[in-house]
Amino acid sequence: MPARRELARGDYLSILGTRVLRTEDPKFLTTGGVYTDDVVDDRLAGACHVFFVRSPLAHATVSGIDVSAALEAPGVIAAFTGADLADLPAIPPSAAGLINTEMTQRLLATDKVRYVGEPVAVVVTELAYQGEDALELVAVDYDPLPAALGFDPGDSSLLFEAAGTNVAGYWGDPASLRPDLFEGCETVVSHTIVNQRVAPAPMETRAAAAVWGADGRLTTWIPNQGAQGTRDDLVKLLSLEPGQVRVITPDVGGAFGAKFGADPEHAVVAWVARRVGRPARWSETRYENLIGMTHGRAQQHTVTIGGSRDGNIQAYRLEIVQDAGAYPKIGAVLPMLTILMTTGPYDIPSAEAIAKVVVTNTTPIGAYRGAGRPEATAAIERAIDLFAAEIGVDPADVRRKNLLPKFTEPHRTKFGALYDTGDYVAALDAALEAAGYAELRAEQAARRASGDVRQLGIGVSSYVEITGMGDGEGTPPSENATVEVFADGTATILTGTSPHGQGHATAWAMLASEELGIPVEKITLQWGDTDLIPEGGGTGGSRSLQQGGAAVQQASRELIEIARERAAAELEANPADLVYDTSRSAFAVAGDPEASVPLTKLAEGERLLVRTVFSQPGATFPFGTHVAVAEVDIETGKPTLTRMITVDDAGTILNPLLAEGQRHGGIGQGAAQAFLEEVVYDDDGNPLTTSFADYPIISATEVPSYELAEMQTPTSYNPLGAKGIGEAGSIGSTPAVQNAIVDAVAHLGVRHIDMPATSRRVWEALRAARQGSEHR
Amino acid sequence: MIPAPFEYIAAESPGHALELLADYGDEAKLLAGGHSLLPMMKLRLATPAVLIDIGRLEQLAGVQADDGELVIGATTRHADLAAAELVRAEAPLLAYAAAQVGDPQIRHRGTIGGSLSHADPAADLPMALVALGGSVEIQGPGGSRVVAADDFFQGFFETALGPDELLSAVRVPRRPGVPWGYQKFVRRSNDWAIVGVAVVDGRIALANMGATPLRATAAERALAEGASPAAAAEHAADGTSPGEDMHADREYRRHLARVLTRRALEHQTG
Ligand SMILES: Cc1cc2nc3c(=O)[nH]c(=O)nc-3n(C[C@H](O)[C@H](O)[C@H](O)COP(=O)(O)OP(=O)(O)OC[C@H]3O[C@@H](n4cnc5c(N)ncnc54)[C@H](O)[C@@H]3O)c2cc1C
Repeated sequence: MPARRELARGDYLSILGTRVLRTEDPKFLTTGGVYTDDVVDDRLAGACHVFFVRSPLAHATVSGIDVSAALEAPGVIAAFTGADLADLPAIPPSAAGLINTEMTQRLLATDKVRYVGEPVAVVVTELAYQGEDALELVAVDYDPLPAALGFDPGDSSLLFEAAGTNVAGYWGDPASLRPDLFEGCETVVSHTIVNQRVAPAPMETRAAAAVWGADGRLTTWIPNQGAQGTRDDLVKLLSLEPGQVRVITPDVGGAFGAKFGADPEHAVVAWVARRVGRPARWSETRYENLIGMTHGRAQQHTVTIGGSRDGNIQAYRLEIVQDAGAYPKIGAVLPMLTILMTTGPYDIPSAEAIAKVVVTNTTPIGAYRGAGRPEATAAIERAIDLFAAEIGVDPADVRRKNLLPKFTEPHRTKFGALYDTGDYVAALDAALEAAGYAELRAEQAARRASGDVRQLGIGVSSYVEITGMGDGEGTPPSENATVEVFADGTATILTGTSPHGQGHATAWAMLASEELGIPVEKITLQWGDTDLIPEGGGTGGSRSLQQGGAAVQQASRELIEIARERAAAELEANPADLVYDTSRSAFAVAGDPEASVPLTKLAEGERLLVRTVFSQPGATFPFGTHVAVAEVDIETGKPTLTRMITVDDAGTILNPLLAEGQRHGGIGQGAAQAFLEEVVYDDDGNPLTTSFADYPIISATEVPSYELAEMQTPTSYNPLGAKGIGEAGSIGSTPAVQNAIVDAVAHLGVRHIDMPATSRRVWEALRAARQGSEHR
Repeated sequence: MIPAPFEYIAAESPGHALELLADYGDEAKLLAGGHSLLPMMKLRLATPAVLIDIGRLEQLAGVQADDGELVIGATTRHADLAAAELVRAEAPLLAYAAAQVGDPQIRHRGTIGGSLSHADPAADLPMALVALGGSVEIQGPGGSRVVAADDFFQGFFETALGPDELLSAVRVPRRPGVPWGYQKFVRRSNDWAIVGVAVVDGRIALANMGATPLRATAAERALAEGASPAAAAEHAADGTSPGEDMHADREYRRHLARVLTRRALEHQTG
């Protein structure tokens, strides 16, 4: 057998594309993660504890806050209200300009509260257990106001008097909708669908630890999705200088979009630490998390779809209402992405979409796994099933007929999205084949014929989504990486991404190892400290591998070039004559393997280090098809998800194990929205889902083993060929599962069931269908 | 999520627990597995000043046969109840019900005495006890008494227990081989019943169909008069007035009670 080093590069097995086990796991499975509340640090010695008094009312004016009794309680050091923070600026809405600029927020509510859970005051205690007793002693005078709720909150109870309306803004012009859009369509179907509000519910709730140095700098530990963005938010919220804040990211126990940036509470904790002159810590309860952390989705869709009776879709309209919650945060902006993805993977000759954003007396809406794109997919995938049912054509056939044909050059949609590469029909066919679609339909027919109590439903959903978006202002999406090799044979990578479960430590090490030949276990990844890594885009929007990973590869390659110069000097050879042999991490003169110098030697003097920035031309567009199989007990209405078959094409896969993990989590989370999860408020704006007894996060017992089919269509936007995989699972699975449940009872006259399609809703739909009235 | 301040006293014997109850009166609460009481304290729905821990009293745990009855100590954990050979053989419905409670962690902490005393109408064991026609032994300052399951549950989270009393044991008839059926309708596997039905030899008990676990007496009567399971089940919700929540309104619960009763009757084992 020839020695491995004698083989040309590429002949021996590359680590890329292999199932390298997660190097993160031994720690998580043994000693456990170190989350913000676990951080032990000398700088935090003697920390006090911050507790938030939160509004128990959805909407009320605040006429007075009395903290005197709380100040007398055991262990209480201080208590503060919004008046104490009056010199800090109000938080403007996201996308000011399009969103009404009067809709601002204070770090602590002052004259008015706008949702149950809004922070109104803080109590600061010596010990962690003393806070909740003291909170009960803060007396707030509330004068209740009627709550503005739902997708049509009206203007009779204004959240922001100065705004004069509860409409925060519009994306697109309602007047631009064409009355003749559906002219010439043989069949037109329209329906109003709710894409319900859900809670991110990370296992680790929000937290912070903050301390100010003698130099006037803030150091704060916060679970987040990007330390740099969190730092920038804190600078703004606290009116500080950019260099004054250092954010450190401990282990993060789940984020799902809701831990991007900094929340008012994080800023208040830092403010308290400065004010009382001691380090301060905060860790919220599950109850607080379910009402205080941003929620996701909360869109209403009116879909209208028209086409020929044989299944050609000619026109589609999507009218969105976004409930932004009490303050227009990122959630108010997400309809823009929904609009961008209106037609998904389909080629529809005429399509239009608009969105209206309203504020309501509920927890603000933020990003949630997929953030704007799942909503678009859910809308069109339901619309297609409604259309297919109306014309009596198999929904898979309708999809195949209308999917964009395979393209290898970027395709610009009517809504301005530039899809990089796609082969949507192949994904659909691969998923149907893996599912055994024809057999499933046969089994469904048999069960229908026999009147089985457990009816079978098959739901299909084809999607395309956006990953690795830029800032929307023309700057190409990019990320930085620093790679350094040490004389002892180890290497360190610094990344601007922010892993919190995705496995960057493994993946980034694989990429560096491939180039440098240094074993994965000798490569350490560092992230999430803004003093160490001042720039970075964090982890969200499924951007990390395609940009952060590509930057690691690029930095490693650049490092080899620097090392080559050093090696050439060492070996007194021409750099161009040197070959880098990754099997022994050494440069050798071509044709003379004995004349060589190891990489480690080249790191002995001057540091062997490269910082680089990788940019890609634009966002990438992963795609796929999910097939869900559900059984519905038609006597009780109970749906059971029995199979989940997915094709998720995210370009070239670096590590199948990690990609499958992302798909698994996403599929489960998306399925949860389809039939379990919903944040519920009563008519007065009181949240009813404030614990995990009431908010039913999905568990392993509610999902089947997933059947993952493979498909890889590389992108040309980065040398890895990689697109994002973090959100695709949740984008495809929600409508597939919803469609499956509706499909199971379609023959009984049910056209649509809103999510979550719970037993009760399914039963009500069946009852309504029996009674002959159409159920919405 | 942090309870209000309280004193903790570990009782040394059932008698000691009774003495402490007498001393502290309304201020005190017994602590068994803590899996209903502690969540309520953390949410500050309960703020007892004193907790008297009986959870570690060995004298109150375990299963024994006593003539025609099984006697189950109040602090017997759900997991032990589910695994006990004697229970599985002679009151299999009770073992099965214990195995339906929550998840393994809960079953290793929660106790039968705690579950019955807590008297959640949606819970598994109260319904099972009613179906089995069991009874509870109660000890108090004036000695001990036995109360039938049908009389024990008196209202929403209310039982025949006085504030100075302690549930010491549970009695169920020994009936190996008797047919039984059990249906628990849930959203997720570890949830409480939206509606539950337990059937033993013509007795039908319902969970979450009212303020207490209930007997479906009209259905029982129909069955006794020779109606088919399906026909009898049509009467399962007669006379019930279940509550409404996010998961079900009254009508849906009543419908579920009928469907589940039919299934429990039709799919009996034993
Ligand atoms: C997440 C979760 C899921 C659950 N799911 C289910 C479920 O699916 N089905 C179900 O049936 N239950 C469920 N439970 C409740 C569980 O069964 C509890 O263990 C049980 O209800 C209470 O038993 P305990 O021993 O923990 O009682 P504790 O919490 O210790 O006490 C409960 C009450 O009973 C009183 N008490 C306790 N023992 C005695 C006694 N011997 N004499 C007099 N008074 C006493 C206490 O003072 C207290 O008021 C669940 C609980 C949790 C936390």
